[in-house]
Amino acid sequence: MKHIISVMVENKSGVLAKVAGLFSRRGFNIDSLAVGPTDDNAISRITIVVNAENHSIEQITKQLYKLINVIKIQELDPSNIVERELVLIKVSADSKSRPEILEIVNIFRANIVDVGKKTLVLEITGSNRKVKALEDLLKPFGILELVRTGKVACMRG
Amino acid sequence: MNKINGAQMLIKCLKDEGVEVIFGYPGGVVIPIYDALFDSDMRHILVRHEQGAAHAADGYARATGKTGVCMATSGPGATNLITGIANAYMDSVPIVAITGQVASPMIGTDAFQEADITGITAPITKHNYLVKDVRDLPEIIKEAFHIASTGRPGPVLIDIPVDVSKAMIEKNTKAKLNLPGYKPTLKGNQKQIKEAAARIYNSSRPVMFAGGGIVSSNASMELRNFIKTAKIPVITSLLGKGCFSEKEKLSLGMAGMHGTKYANIAFTEADLIIGIGVRFDDRVTGKLSEFAKNARIIHIDIDPAEIGKNVNTDTPIVGDAKNVLADLDKAYRELEIKKGKADKKSWHKRIAELKENNPLKYNGKSSRIKPGFVIEKIDELTKGDAIICTEVGQNQMWTAQYYKFTNPRTLISSGGLGTMGFGLPAAIGAKIGMPDKTVIDIAGDGSIQMVSQEFATAVANKIPVKIMLLNNGYLGMVRQWQELFWDKRYSQTCIYNCVDFVKLVEAYGGVGIRVSKKDEVEGAISKALEINNLVLIDFQIDREENVYPMVAPGSSIDNMLESE
Repeated sequence: MKHIISVMVENKSGVLAKVAGLFSRRGFNIDSLAVGPTDDNAISRITIVVNAENHSIEQITKQLYKLINVIKIQELDPSNIVERELVLIKVSADSKSRPEILEIVNIFRANIVDVGKKTLVLEITGSNRKVKALEDLLKPFGILELVRTGKVACMRG
Repeated sequence: MNKINGAQMLIKCLKDEGVEVIFGYPGGVVIPIYDALFDSDMRHILVRHEQGAAHAADGYARATGKTGVCMATSGPGATNLITGIANAYMDSVPIVAITGQVASPMIGTDAFQEADITGITAPITKHNYLVKDVRDLPEIIKEAFHIASTGRPGPVLIDIPVDVSKAMIEKNTKAKLNLPGYKPTLKGNQKQIKEAAARIYNSSRPVMFAGGGIVSSNASMELRNFIKTAKIPVITSLLGKGCFSEKEKLSLGMAGMHGTKYANIAFTEADLIIGIGVRFDDRVTGKLSEFAKNARIIHIDIDPAEIGKNVNTDTPIVGDAKNVLADLDKAYRELEIKKGKADKKSWHKRIAELKENNPLKYNGKSSRIKPGFVIEKIDELTKGDAIICTEVGQNQMWTAQYYKFTNPRTLISSGGLGTMGFGLPAAIGAKIGMPDKTVIDIAGDGSIQMVSQEFATAVANKIPVKIMLLNNGYLGMVRQWQELFWDKRYSQTCIYNCVDFVKLVEAYGGVGIRVSKKDEVEGAISKALEINNLVLIDFQIDREENVYPMVAPGSSIDNMLESE
């Protein structure tokens, strides 16, 4: 089962390695990880998406709490959150294919952020499904690079 | 301005934390620290291998309840501490390990004697620090000691680059704790405690399972008071030994793989287990699915991650054993006032019967020296008042079985990690911390060879520990498994006649005594206890004596192999 865990930590060097290390030492592969300072610069938020059994997540949450630099942990209930991920996609585009790509981009409300002679770079935010659908449609043109920020999420209300 | 360097600040801060002694070994990047020590009245014990420093700090901490301190240089010095740090982590012992690091600009360049010790020790420390600025040093030291000694205790490592040791800092720099993410829960939830009291009151076959957490929380008195109130039989883990006197009627000794048969049966028959400061480790539970199938479980621990980790818990209580036991006692008394005394007589009768019918035994009629006999004699001649350290293996289990521990902090043994070579340096640390106590290391001939260089530490520093060597010429515990489960194929476990231990200890300036006859055992122990020097008695024990009873690995704990 997929879990989204939001971890508030002291913004100090080495903390991310300790948090990530806890997952790897228990054999979990982190699906995505996003980290950045909160409104308080001394505190960072790490958002982790991980696939694991409920029992394992409970144990890992308890172990995370034992890290001295971890301040707060929240497991986010997927049914009651706003989640976003920003994806940059560099796609092959010559003068012939460009209009078709632009049309797809418009439908998805993605943005073009760079235009080259043979490439376009576009950005999209949204749910996994939306990004996946765009990715599938762009594949035939040739995706050269795809970069994700990792998911960030926030409880509703 | 009144400035000192980082190294001097380190020593000053250690003194402020009440540190009396450092176990360590110098090297290139810690020369500034050793230079600062040279002018200080801080005691330093020079070990002969850094692993010995970590174990000695551990033994000191377990014997005294204070935080032990060890120190080593960068690279190999630091990596040599690792076994000792891992050992302290597994057994929740408060130590602070100080390591030197190459100069800050050199970090990450594979400089001479560089090792990423904070990276390496992340999984085996409660917390660790790399000091980047000398101005952070006072705060880091304060935090390190606070973290090591509070909550569930454990090792903390401080890695200090050599340029930080040399950098100047204002002498009166103030330090304060800044740990927003660290708030151990000390007080138990009162509702849960009331529920636990009711469960205990209503149970007919309750068993207390007391562990090392009671020792580290100094809660033996609270435990004894509660047992006086509720009259529950007490089983301990290896590390819990001594928190309840094993001479008491209600004591069932240790359970598990080499526990007493009566403790294992009591677990199996119990309808309620109250685990306090225990991990329900696999060496205790045996086959987990068969463990205590008839029992509800109350689990009390200061570390929430322990609760529900191995066994399902009916009433979890997170808190410090000392607090929770006092509250539990109060809640239980209130119940008794309301409802009258609980009647546990038939369970007490059953316990007495189990103890009567399943005593620990060895062949006392044999003319050979039986290890159980040696340990009973050590118990008798020290009047049960010594601090007993052990190595790991058969020597450790025989000690756990035949020495009757009556007080906490009198058994110092490597439980979780099972580190051979722990006992002697731990004994050295314990003796430094408790100089008026007799300190004994019960050893095997395999284990002692891992740390025999520390004979020099004991003799040079006049630390008169006594080594009771149960010499069978085997790596005995592995040999026992090979005998029982691997068709007696003694692969690489026979080490017979490799070393003359008497000559070895004499070479270091200690006293060696060889005992090959049973009737010499008592005299030799008495003599050793009177000599004010390192003494090693080489007991030539019955070579193929096994530790019984034994639960075969993977079996349920009521299914025990026994001696004929």
